[in-house]
This record gives sequence, structure tokens and C-alpha cells, in this order.
Amino acid sequence: MKKRYLIAGLLVLSFLSLFVGASSITPADLLNPGSEELEIFLISRLPRLIAILLAGAGMSITGLIMQQLSRNKFVSPTTAGTLDATRLGILVSMLLFANATTLEKMAISFAFALAGTLLFMQILERIKFKDAIFIPLVGLMFGNILSSLTTFFAYRADVIQNISSWLQGDFSMIMKGRYELLYISIPVLIIAYLYANRFTVAGMGEDFSKNLGLNYRWVVNFGLVLVALITTTVVLTVGMIPFLGLIIPNIVSILKGDNLQKTLPHTALLGAIFLLLCDILGRVLIYPYEISISLMVGVIGSGIFLYLLFRGKAYA
Amino acid sequence: MIQVRELSKFYGKKAVVEKVSVNIQRGKITSFIGPNGAGKSTLLSMVSRLLDADTGEVLVDKDDVRKMKSDDFSKRVSILKQSNFMNVRLTVRELVSFGRFPHSKGRLNAEDMRIIDQSIDYMELADIQHSFLDELSGGQRQRAFISMVIAQDTEYILLDEPLNNLDMKHSVQIMKILRRLVDELGKTVVIVLHDINFASVYSDRIVALKNGRVVKDGPTEDIINSDSLKEIYDMDIPIKQMSNCRICVYFNS
Repeated sequence: MKKRYLIAGLLVLSFLSLFVGASSITPADLLNPGSEELEIFLISRLPRLIAILLAGAGMSITGLIMQQLSRNKFVSPTTAGTLDATRLGILVSMLLFANATTLEKMAISFAFALAGTLLFMQILERIKFKDAIFIPLVGLMFGNILSSLTTFFAYRADVIQNISSWLQGDFSMIMKGRYELLYISIPVLIIAYLYANRFTVAGMGEDFSKNLGLNYRWVVNFGLVLVALITTTVVLTVGMIPFLGLIIPNIVSILKGDNLQKTLPHTALLGAIFLLLCDILGRVLIYPYEISISLMVGVIGSGIFLYLLFRGKAYA
Repeated sequence: MIQVRELSKFYGKKAVVEKVSVNIQRGKITSFIGPNGAGKSTLLSMVSRLLDADTGEVLVDKDDVRKMKSDDFSKRVSILKQSNFMNVRLTVRELVSFGRFPHSKGRLNAEDMRIIDQSIDYMELADIQHSFLDELSGGQRQRAFISMVIAQDTEYILLDEPLNNLDMKHSVQIMKILRRLVDELGKTVVIVLHDINFASVYSDRIVALKNGRVVKDGPTEDIINSDSLKEIYDMDIPIKQMSNCRICVYFNS
């Protein structure tokens, strides 16, 4: 899996993505200033592409960091309650502050995402039985508890429908003015890259980190802050995208290993490509209608996840 | 020299290590031996700062380890714990490169690269340096970890049961390497060992622990005799001299 092939693939798919959709736009239309096509391109197509790339790269890196820090290949925002905690945070911000600005919503759901993930890591530390499959199961249960809290309060406040829209990741609503929050993930991804070596060392355990003079606690907590930040921006703008943070890092790990400084760019690229591919398929399959991205990723992703599980090699 | 003074560790009210004082001399192999639960690993973990002592102090070349900065400490003392399931997929070379982490913080310069190459050659890992650790045999993996410690280039090297799960051939190989580290590179090695005969054949000094206390501490030849072993292990162990090795025949005692 060479980086330049990934980049080439990403460019081709990005180009496709820009010119696939309910209204047909050709590259030639873009040269015509003031045309309706150019307007659609700038307001809808381009933001959509940027959102997909950022969300795809972001969620994959999030999964990668979580797997490294928890030292378990099956831990990801989906399987550690992070997504559910974020959603609970969004509900709380909606209920408590009816007119919350995006940034306020972001701050509150970020706090919930971080608290939820930290709580999960605490549970992890207390579990004596560290089986590779058992831990994500605990995470799923934990997520479901948070999720039922969300449903209960949403039901009481009569905002169930509102909340379920957060459940479904969807790029069709992305347009200019609605996705810019995702740009926060760019500096976060850069910081993650700068910390790649520390995350790799932390992934080898507390004793190992201490031997190399690394402040283990600090690195783990810092990593979880990055995870919570990216997850919050993605859930607030796009919605939940399941499995992405689980399968992409695992595929890259099998092929390229776990040296984060080396694999982080691959993981980001592959995540973006995978999400883009799912999005294009979702738009083409029942054209001119759309299949939501969370359904597409869920179906294809769970297939790949099962394949990874059944590969037979005791890998995780 | 590492000076351990009155070091204690309690779990609840039970003392796992109690008022242990030991001097570890430079340029020698010192083995910690003793029955299960004697506190050997706990002592090693406290010396290497992996575990905080409840009372007492550890001095490395007269510096109190609690007052040393962590990256300063990790340039002087390295510890290899016998954990290692290690489900992180790294190549041998990547692992060895992380030995330079305390020095380089991940930005390797030409000097770091030279030391990494040297460490890999020293452990004869050049052929498999690009293989992933999880594809190697136990002995190869253990050599990779020791190679990383060599790259870390510390004066003191602490190893917690480095022969665990290794067969005879690989155990001998590892012990020979440790001997060379001391004789050729002038390192100081401290090991927790289970097999009394490896301790007898390869170490310069032996510290014997029992119930959290030091029961014997001295040059190997003073410890490997039936009287001392009786005191340490509660077993009558005859000693047989074979060429210049003293072998403890404990199998039918």
C-alpha cells in the first residue's frame, strides 16, 4: 500500500465526487461565472467533498489513537462509548441551552465525549480479564447505557426525532455554512502526527513508556482529548459514522504495522478514500436519491469487520 | 554504583520488600535470586522507578532517583520487564530505534542511526531487522528487546526474568550476550533469575531474597554452596564442580 497510489486514488475519487449528483455539473460549467452550476458546486459539492475527506481522515485517526492507547485492536469511538457520550452531550446542550451557538454545543458535547472516553479507560484499567473481544463488548454495553439515557431524556423532552438525526451520519445536508466546524480537525490531525512517536511508545505499555522516560499518563490523556475533539466535530456536522475508526486502522496495521509516524498518513488517506467511495456509491446506487452514509459504511464496514475477525490469525 | 537503602514496599499491611539495603557494583552482573514471592521483581521495579517505594531510597551514582528527571533517568538506567505479550506490530529496527527515544525524542540524527545500526549488528539481527516482532520466535524477540536496550545506551541495564519462556539454546545465547555487554561494553547488568545454575555460571555477584528480605549478598562463589542454598531455598542442594562451573543439583533433593 504505497502512499502515492493512495493519493492518486483519492484525487480520482474526489474528482468523481464533485461531478456526481442529482443535478449534473460538468467541469466546463465551472468556467462560466454566475451560472447555477457553479453555485451548486461551491455551495454544495465542494463543501461535501471537504467534509467527507476531513471526517474520513479524522474518524480513522481517532480509531488509530484509541487502539494504540488502549492496546486493543477492537476499541474505537463506536466500541468505547465515545460516540454515544458525544450524542448525550449534544442532547444536554439542546435541552439546557435552547439557543446554544454551534461553539457552545461543541464545547458541551466535547466535555461529554472526553468524560465518556476517560470513564471507559478507567473501566478498562479496573478490568482484570483483558480479553481482546471482552473489552469492546464492555465498551458497547457502556455506550448502550449512555445511549438509553439519551433516549430517555430525549423522549421526555419530545426531541426523539431530533436526536435520531444525530444517529444517522449524512452528508446530503452538508453545505456551505454548515460544515466549517470540521476544519478544527485539521490542526488536531497535525498535532496527532507530531505526537505519533509518543503514542507508539505509550501503546507498548506503561512500564515500557516509563523506561523510555515518557510521561505515560499525560500522553494517554492528551491523546484522548484529541480523540474527543475530532469525534465531536464529526458528530456535530455529519453525524455518527460507525465502523470507520475500527476497520481502517486495522487494515493499515496488518499491512504496515503500528509505527504511528509511518502509518498515520496511510490511515488518514485510506479513511478518506473509503468514506468517499461509500458516499459515491450511496449517491449512485438509487440515483437520483441517496443512501445515507452511515448505512453504506455500516453495511460495507461490518462486512470487512467480520472478515477481519474471521481471518483466523490470532492477531488482535 | 546503585545504592539501595532501607527500601520497603507494602501491599496492605504485608511487606513485600522490607528494609532492603544492597549495593550494586559497576561493571558486574548481579543476579537477584530467591523463591517465588521473595520480592525480587518488586525490588527491581522500585530500583527502576516503575514502582514507588513506600520507604527508603535508591541512589544511582549518588543521585536520588526520585529527584531525577524522567528523561535524564532513562539515559542512565534501562529496565526490561518480562511482560511482553506486546501486541504492537513494529519491525525489529523500529523497536531498536525507540531505544533512542530518551536521547532524540523521535527525531533521529546521524549519530542515533549509527548507534541503532551498531546495536542491531551487535545482536546479529541485521537479517531480520525489517521483520515484524510478532513474526519472530521468542528468542529472536528477546534479542530485539535487548538490542533496543543497547541502543538506549544506559550505564545500568535491569532485566526482569529475561529467560522466561525461552528454550535452553536461547537462554544460553541471551546470558552470553549479557556477559559480553559487561565484559566488552563495560555495562552494569542486574537480572532477576529463576534458574540458580544460570546465576551460578554467569553472574559476578548474587543477591538472595526471601520473604522480602536480603538473606545473602556477595560474590557468586560465596553464595553457591550447600549451606547458603539451604538457607535461601530450604532445600538440601549438592553442588558439583564441572570444569569451572559450579552446578546445583536440585532435581532430586
